Amino acid sequence: MSIRRWLEPILIVCLLIWPCMAASAEADGQALLTELAEAPASGKAAAITAIAESGDPRARHWLQAFADNKLSRMDDSGRFVVVLENRGRDWTVEDALTGEAIGEVSRRNLNRVRINNSLRSRIGNILGLLDLKVDDPAKRREAARELRGEVDAVMAESVESLMESAEDEDVRDYLAEALAIHRVQRGDVSAIDTLRGSLSSEARSALNKAASSDDPELASAASEALTSIEQLLKINNAAETLYFGLSLGSVLALAAVGLAITFGVMGVINMAHGELIMLGAYSAWGMQQLLPGQPGLALVLAVPVGFMVSASAGIVIERSIIQFLKGRPLETLLATFGVSLILQQLVRTVISPLNRTVVTPEWMSGSLMINEALSLTFNRLYILGFALAVFAALLLVMRRTRLGLEVRAVTQNRAMARSMGIRATRVDIMTFALGSGVAGLAGVALSQITNVGPNLGQNYIVDSFMVVVFGGVGNLLGTLVAGLSLGTINQLLEPWAGAVLAKVMVLVFIILFIQKRPRGLFPQKGRAAEG
Amino acid sequence: MNTAKTRIASLLAAASLALGATGLQAQEEDPIKVGILHSLSGTMAISESTLKDTVMMLIEEQNEKGGLLGREIEPVVVDPASDWPLFAEKARELLAEEEVDVIFGSWTSVSRKSVLPVVEELNGLMFYPVQYEGEESSKNIFYTGAAPNQQAIPAVNYLMNEVGVERWVLAGTDYVYPRTTNKILETYLKNKGVADADIMINYTPFGHSNWQSIVSDIKEFGNQGKKTAVVSTINGDANVPFYQELANQGIEATDIPVIAFSVGEQELSGIDTGPLVGHLAAWNYFMSVGTDANYDFIDKWIEYTGDETAVTNDPMEAHYIGFNMWTRAVKQAGTTDVDAVEDAIIGVTVPNLTGGYATMMPNHHITKPVLIGEIQDNGQFSTVWQTPGTVPGDAWSDYLDGSRDIISDWRDPLNCGNYNVAKGECGGQQSSE
Repeated sequence: MSIRRWLEPILIVCLLIWPCMAASAEADGQALLTELAEAPASGKAAAITAIAESGDPRARHWLQAFADNKLSRMDDSGRFVVVLENRGRDWTVEDALTGEAIGEVSRRNLNRVRINNSLRSRIGNILGLLDLKVDDPAKRREAARELRGEVDAVMAESVESLMESAEDEDVRDYLAEALAIHRVQRGDVSAIDTLRGSLSSEARSALNKAASSDDPELASAASEALTSIEQLLKINNAAETLYFGLSLGSVLALAAVGLAITFGVMGVINMAHGELIMLGAYSAWGMQQLLPGQPGLALVLAVPVGFMVSASAGIVIERSIIQFLKGRPLETLLATFGVSLILQQLVRTVISPLNRTVVTPEWMSGSLMINEALSLTFNRLYILGFALAVFAALLLVMRRTRLGLEVRAVTQNRAMARSMGIRATRVDIMTFALGSGVAGLAGVALSQITNVGPNLGQNYIVDSFMVVVFGGVGNLLGTLVAGLSLGTINQLLEPWAGAVLAKVMVLVFIILFIQKRPRGLFPQKGRAAEG
Repeated sequence: MNTAKTRIASLLAAASLALGATGLQAQEEDPIKVGILHSLSGTMAISESTLKDTVMMLIEEQNEKGGLLGREIEPVVVDPASDWPLFAEKARELLAEEEVDVIFGSWTSVSRKSVLPVVEELNGLMFYPVQYEGEESSKNIFYTGAAPNQQAIPAVNYLMNEVGVERWVLAGTDYVYPRTTNKILETYLKNKGVADADIMINYTPFGHSNWQSIVSDIKEFGNQGKKTAVVSTINGDANVPFYQELANQGIEATDIPVIAFSVGEQELSGIDTGPLVGHLAAWNYFMSVGTDANYDFIDKWIEYTGDETAVTNDPMEAHYIGFNMWTRAVKQAGTTDVDAVEDAIIGVTVPNLTGGYATMMPNHHITKPVLIGEIQDNGQFSTVWQTPGTVPGDAWSDYLDGSRDIISDWRDPLNCGNYNVAKGECGGQQSSE
């Protein structure tokens, strides 16, 4: 408090004589930040405005740090600092006023300047207005986009002048929309025209509100505009549902494809399939641990590594258990179920029962915006592509390589194949390793959309069997088609049946389908099928 | 020869004396046994194994201070393996075979419900450390986690009054805790004048990972011109893909905030929290709370686990409070006898980790402050709001039919966990479910 009292005269003098700013920048900044820290919740907004209008070159830096929860005051010295690294018990900080690095300070000594979401969005607006003046056109466009729905009476004027001076057409459109939303919010009927045909959620939000207002003219104009938007929206929603379905389907197909080889082609009921997927996901985590700071590269490298890890685990399982249980499906089922429990607990004991963080690389986060109402999330898009690539590669292996030929020969007629000189045991190992390795690939992909933890496999084992049985045992393409169609069916049902019921309905559908066609969508034909 | 014989004889005598003495001593100073009933394997190991370590640490600390009543405390750890019926079996093993004096354990409501008849039958003592749906008050269980009025209701009040939310999405995992909590919240919101059309309720299965269409629905629901918030009772694992999908579809905390009741520091330690910054959670404790008691606790925890990045969370604080309450009550009663401790513990007040005090209420729930925190980029929460004082836990919600008139008071003369005020009768010892 005493510092503040001491500062006040300086502050007043500074306000009178502007140029003294430079001389007492330190003290001035300290005063502004003190005000921000000590103002009650209701007075924080004014403190933010004061900082923004102070013209201080560091204002932006301060506000950004404040919005990011990085602005703190040291308990002992009262210095304001910006937290650079906030993990562990000692945090690295720098002085907010001078930018001087202070080094590590105990967390106990730091008192964060509190913020909440409404202050954060106010800061967002202020920074947004500043961003409209930066050189980078992409940044300008983004800032203009973000302003929609955020314009208030205070900002309207400056937004309008910025719109008139904007060179970029997109920026101008966005700002026009932002202003129109603001006007509609204030009950201006003429502004509704600008919003007609806009798919942005902010515009619809404003129109929806206007449609239920007391002013009949405004209400009717708004609902009319909304009807025209609804039409466009329906098409987009249908496209979106289809995308959701395909992306879920690609995940299902990817998880199932390894099983389609081990179960479908070899006939081994491998209950540890889920855990092979889990091992793949853990390889992705392991690679990111080995290559800190390069999550993208680590993920790409995890593809071959995950394959190798799961494939070797598969070889061990095949050699140690499955080969002794040939032709005894029930025992195989029980034994592999045991293996699955062992692997889960092994991961729990060796690594941790807690989930591990697999970082999503920059290029996989966010979404590809087709239009305002339809955007495709990148992580799912990549997985869809990855699934298709894996299938293509597998089909190539099965149809075009010697291994594929031998595998097909052995599964069709083991005795005959052996008498033709094919080493059936070696083919068994290779096939099982291939199936397991592909499960590992699925794991690497799944690490991007779900938890990497000891239970990962359990969530996918039932779905995988479902997809393989539905698609037709022994048919790789069938697995792909089955996965994609089950995903789509599920996503079509989910909006009106709810997630739980949709899952039940899909299962019932499969049961009925299997009654009618016991061999699935694409049954194997010929004599091999009888075996 | 003779002397040698006597020497041997006296040696033997001395030895037998010494043996006898140690035998006697052992009887006097039999260790106090504390049962720990948390899953160390299976699905729940992710959350429960740290609670086992917490109790182990508290016991170790108490023993360094000279134990309790001059006796050493001995932990008895069993693993119910996330298997609900096994919880009952293991509880029976702890009480009947190991004869423990108290149990710290359970996480999910279903596991607690499975243990409840056993501890009531064998007159055991159990401390349950997790926030739950309420509607229960057993003579033998002490609930140190939050009841709905200590978490859900204040959180909704915060959103309604401080954020101005008018439309509500109640999203939860499909089991008893979210269903009951959402029922309470729905009644509460309607009492506050929220229209049916402004409430969307959605349930998903355990471990749900494909959130695309649900998040897209929520986005659409939020486009109706009113401030919308999601109240999430989504359990553990399913949260990560849920938040990821929110981020991917561009829903930010400033547009549609999500307030979660089951996402704590531990859950966040398994995710990249960058996209979640600004989303909310309601708890009674955050690791980031800046009190010395909390910093000391964290330091001890880090030292105990040997992991610099180890996190603390709300149920850990609940065990900290519960353990201290129990030791205080044992000291007051001068014995570990269950009935005596049960009597002594009501009214016991111990400091919590957030700079206040927790008191054991007659309904076997405790007083807690309610904190609303925002997720930060380091996987921690920063407190944005908290109740001015502490809130006493209410076992029977005032917002559910059939439980409105029920109170719980385990003191004489009432001595009843579900006393119906309207009818003036005790509905029996067991809870409604």
